[in-house]
Amino acid sequence: MLLRTKLHGKTYEFPDIRILMGKANEEKSGDTLAGVGADTAAERVAARLVLAEVPMRVIRENPAVPYDQDEVTRVIQDGVDESIYGEVKDKTVGEFREWILADTTTPDMIRRISGGLTAEMIAGVTKLMSNLDLMFAAKKIPVTAHCNNTIGAPGTLSSRNQPNHPTDSPEGIRAELYEGLSYGSGDSVIGINPVDDSYSSVSRLLDMTYDVIKTWNIPTQNCVLSHVTTQMKCMESGSPIGLVFQSISGSQKGNDSFGISVGMLDEASALAKKHCFPKGPNFMYFETGQGSALSAEAHNGWDQLTLEARNYGLAKRYDPFQVNTVVGFIGPEYLYDARQIQRAGLEDHFMGKLTGIPMGVDACYTNHARADQNAIENLAVMLTAAGCNYFMGVPMGDDSMLSYQCTSFHDAPTLRQLFNLRPAAEFERWMEDIGLMKNGVLTEKAGDPSFFLKR
Amino acid sequence: MDDTKLAAIVEAVVRELKAAGVVQPASSSAPQPDSVSQASAPSSVVPVKPRSSTFNSDLNIDLPDPTTPEARLKPYVDHPKDAAGVRALMASTSARIGVGRAGPRSKTNALLLFQGDHAVTQDALYRDVDQKLLDEFNLFTVQTKVTGGKQEFLLRPDLGRLLNDEAKRIINEKCQKNVNIQLVIGDGLSAAAIEANLRQMFPVIKQGTQAAGLTFGTPFFVKYARVGILNDIGELIKPDVVILLIGERPGLGRAESMSAYMGYKPKYGDTDADRDVVCNIFENGGTNPLEAGAFVVQIAQKMRKNQASGVKLKLA
Repeated sequence: MLLRTKLHGKTYEFPDIRILMGKANEEKSGDTLAGVGADTAAERVAARLVLAEVPMRVIRENPAVPYDQDEVTRVIQDGVDESIYGEVKDKTVGEFREWILADTTTPDMIRRISGGLTAEMIAGVTKLMSNLDLMFAAKKIPVTAHCNNTIGAPGTLSSRNQPNHPTDSPEGIRAELYEGLSYGSGDSVIGINPVDDSYSSVSRLLDMTYDVIKTWNIPTQNCVLSHVTTQMKCMESGSPIGLVFQSISGSQKGNDSFGISVGMLDEASALAKKHCFPKGPNFMYFETGQGSALSAEAHNGWDQLTLEARNYGLAKRYDPFQVNTVVGFIGPEYLYDARQIQRAGLEDHFMGKLTGIPMGVDACYTNHARADQNAIENLAVMLTAAGCNYFMGVPMGDDSMLSYQCTSFHDAPTLRQLFNLRPAAEFERWMEDIGLMKNGVLTEKAGDPSFFLKR
Repeated sequence: MDDTKLAAIVEAVVRELKAAGVVQPASSSAPQPDSVSQASAPSSVVPVKPRSSTFNSDLNIDLPDPTTPEARLKPYVDHPKDAAGVRALMASTSARIGVGRAGPRSKTNALLLFQGDHAVTQDALYRDVDQKLLDEFNLFTVQTKVTGGKQEFLLRPDLGRLLNDEAKRIINEKCQKNVNIQLVIGDGLSAAAIEANLRQMFPVIKQGTQAAGLTFGTPFFVKYARVGILNDIGELIKPDVVILLIGERPGLGRAESMSAYMGYKPKYGDTDADRDVVCNIFENGGTNPLEAGAFVVQIAQKMRKNQASGVKLKLA
């Protein structure tokens, strides 16, 4: 294999696909940490010049972890529709980029071709896209799903109500939940990150959130984002669960570090179909994020974007209701500043949509990253333009349990007004019925958590 | 454009601004009003000249601190359905609820309080743990393979998971081996977290261990530490359980949150799946450090009984 180009008179040669894929990325501290980033700005572009000429089949034939060593690779490779793959395999990565962007390529055509792609092929084309390319292309690929309501329909923007509390106090969580509902947050899910992963605490929060959903007849679903084994125990004991959650990683070794496997997720998904209270058919919720495999030293020498694409390939197996990258959560050693976080957010959303999963984004940052709330608001605007399914809703964007900042309860209504979008249709009708929204705008009663104190 | 033209334009603009009262003529010697006394302001404050005495002679801005607990609990919802209810809801959580809105956006005070909290966290990020505190508990200090200060610590977590050779030598020399419980303190991402919680948590863990009839190893402090340092410590000291108290990454306006990461016989290659954690340890709103200390000792006993930690302990 010869992978070589000249650029401004200088010759650049890349030993293999792994190095080529790493060096073709936009600059990220995580790729530098992994030793796969480009050494110079020119080398970065040289890598892209070469990558643009590589046939898609060569990318498929070089998975990040060998087939016989990794069950995530096996899930992805075995999931490929070989006849559709046959239509795309001889295109170069550069040609595939142009095919996606062409006005003659319809959303249906892209959704169909997804079936013939592996995660590495999706990662490859992402590396050749500019930020606006990523927005424009993702907007062409709406992906919807249904649980108690429909997420991802064009013209809608949903919001996960994330009422986390530093001690899992049911009263405190309920207060935040009320605040969020009064802003129209919660059509994606009422989803709590628990401090205490025990069965008793998790089941208590499931009961409390289900009670609110029933009392107010809210067309949504609940979820407590504990380890999947705890939720399995809850399901078997009859707790009311809307969505079953797990954080996933792009390699078997990474999933080992989360204490999960494909077999365990298969089991959880089967239980969800049997026990979850909503109509479905989509019951799973996954979170991901560039750098998670590297942080567990489970990246097999590959770049973080490619490992992230493999998360989506794994998620697709379970027909999830929603998947989101927690894009700035991991910290500056993987995504250093606002520019890198914004780039990764756009990449992840596009890759998820091209994979064919209903993709949202937790647009966020930690206090030790070089970013601030303005950077995250910018990212949310870019992602809304790109057709992102949902964002998080957190009181003033300040998560009092996870010690990070993301989008506020105020942001979804703002973005909806800014882009003429609505909540999920069932949820919007509910908001209109109880008098919190009219014609897509919050009413005078909205923004008041005490609205929900008495029915 | 040549310099003469430029100068002429600048002069014309300044003349207009002066006429509008926006810029004070250079010759002005108007006195500062008493209400904006320079003596009481921090020395770094740049004096602002009043633009016109008729506009602001009675302007008197002297704000209370918006970050007090009482100020944070003040509701800003316009025309709430149940005003007392809003206050009760706000009292149940440290999250920023009851903040109200301007259109779909937040009110000005909530916006600026958020920015103030972010600012003070940013300013506090790069500090080291107070040496006096470490001396109080006779903690000697060793360091990880980080050599390039906080910046390198943030960018190279891999180095923060490994002890340097000097650290290994000192630990071998000073620490009792094969103990039941080994307590280690690491700075992690917040020196303030260690400073806020160690005085309460350390004695509870030590006395709890001894009350349970277990041996308590020689505690020490690791500078530039990440959670993965557990493995190196387990390999060197061979204890049953390692308890690592480590500063969490700072939350907004709150840097005092600490975690206790624990592993049963930690060894090379162990991951988070092999560990248990008690997080969000801080007073007033989090897991109280005294209670957390007792809880950690309980978990350690459970680990010893089941000879496992992490997911394996959960399945045991």
